[in-house]
Amino acid sequence: MKNTPPETGAFFARDRSWHPPVLTPGYKTSVLRSPQKALISLEGTTTELTGPVFGHNMLGPNDNDLIVNYARPGEMAIGQRILVHGRVLDERGRGVPGVLVEFWQANAGGRYRHKKETYLAAIDPNFGGVGRTITDDEGGYWFKTIQPGAYPWPNGVNDWRPAHIHFSVFGHGFAQRLITQMYFEGDPMIARCPIVRTIPDPQAIEQLIAPLDWNATVPMDMRAYKFDIVLRGRRSTLFENRKEGN
Amino acid sequence: MVQTLAYLKETPSQTAGPYVHIGCTPNFSGISSIFETDLGSGPLANEQARGERITIRGFVYDGLGSPLKDALVEIWQADADGLYNSPAETRGQADPNFLGWGRQPGDMQTGEFVFHTIKPGRTPFRPNDARMMAPHILFWVVARGINIGLQTRMYFSDEEAANAEDPVLARIEHRHRVRTLIGQREGETVRFDIHLQGENETVFFDM
Repeated sequence: MKNTPPETGAFFARDRSWHPPVLTPGYKTSVLRSPQKALISLEGTTTELTGPVFGHNMLGPNDNDLIVNYARPGEMAIGQRILVHGRVLDERGRGVPGVLVEFWQANAGGRYRHKKETYLAAIDPNFGGVGRTITDDEGGYWFKTIQPGAYPWPNGVNDWRPAHIHFSVFGHGFAQRLITQMYFEGDPMIARCPIVRTIPDPQAIEQLIAPLDWNATVPMDMRAYKFDIVLRGRRSTLFENRKEGN
Repeated sequence: MVQTLAYLKETPSQTAGPYVHIGCTPNFSGISSIFETDLGSGPLANEQARGERITIRGFVYDGLGSPLKDALVEIWQADADGLYNSPAETRGQADPNFLGWGRQPGDMQTGEFVFHTIKPGRTPFRPNDARMMAPHILFWVVARGINIGLQTRMYFSDEEAANAEDPVLARIEHRHRVRTLIGQREGETVRFDIHLQGENETVFFDM
């Protein structure tokens, strides 16, 4: 970690029109789980300006290798090997170092390892489907995994999820906390997905689609996809002299 | 034309989905060989930590009053002296024996979530505004059907005077809704239920 003082400025207001609204009837579960009253909006307090950080020493050697981190010794998960990499940035375009990134996904057949999962596709005995890492000094991160499969889900009669990887990201303040999903370039199922379509702006949807990164592809080993994640930016503390209500 | 500001847009949120436990509490979901423990699953305070021990219990209810059994709840709070265990805390060093952050899934059968923590101290409103907030804990709820994490706060029923001068609670126009943010003390237990919809809908924040 660089020896620079931590930033403590206020976060930029979240652009709620860029995010999905809470009520999206096309995604049926949202109907009973969406607040109906307006959010109370105000600039964050010391509680939201601060947030937990996690040390690199919490990571195990295979935490960012889903191909082997659940596999029996000498074995590997089945599926197309891929490298997912990118940077965690803030809205000012600066890397966000030292933040925990967690990811989880279905196996190559589109099956999750979960008690409540009922899809008939096979479980892969060598694939758990979870990993994590912490960003480096420039905000960079990477992990190895297998390309997840698409799968059907009970919403409409015939709804399918495009291949995707879930991401949970911390920042330096709790106001930056974010959970999202990464999709894969060229997948014709993205546009059909009711969960993707909770996002009203097509440009915002594009921000979730990772391009194939040919330069980062490892010859004779694995293809690469690049997925940058942008967290809320914060103002410079130089201008922090306004009192609420003044 | 003018120069471009070149700000990036925040990555849009997507629901945590029904399998958020695989990613955030894998041991709880039955994947026990990858991480030793589920991050944030233990008590937030070790035995040396200063402060009054409390246990927070609650449910997340949907619009028909059914408890969610697939929600994930995170909390973030100050230590007993009102300091956050965060690099962005500039007022002093927080209690090293208190993490300040916790994460719990609702029970798969009942939906109840439980946090073992300490009662936080009061904290200033903002770095440049010394008005004090009442003791409170930030709550963040994600689940299938929730498109973007819902943020709220729990205050304490035994802090009436502090609550009355809290600058965040003061922003709530419909005063009868303030009670949705008050955890009810019953000895060392604090009950705090979150209602996503309906007559008792919890106040959620955009902060």
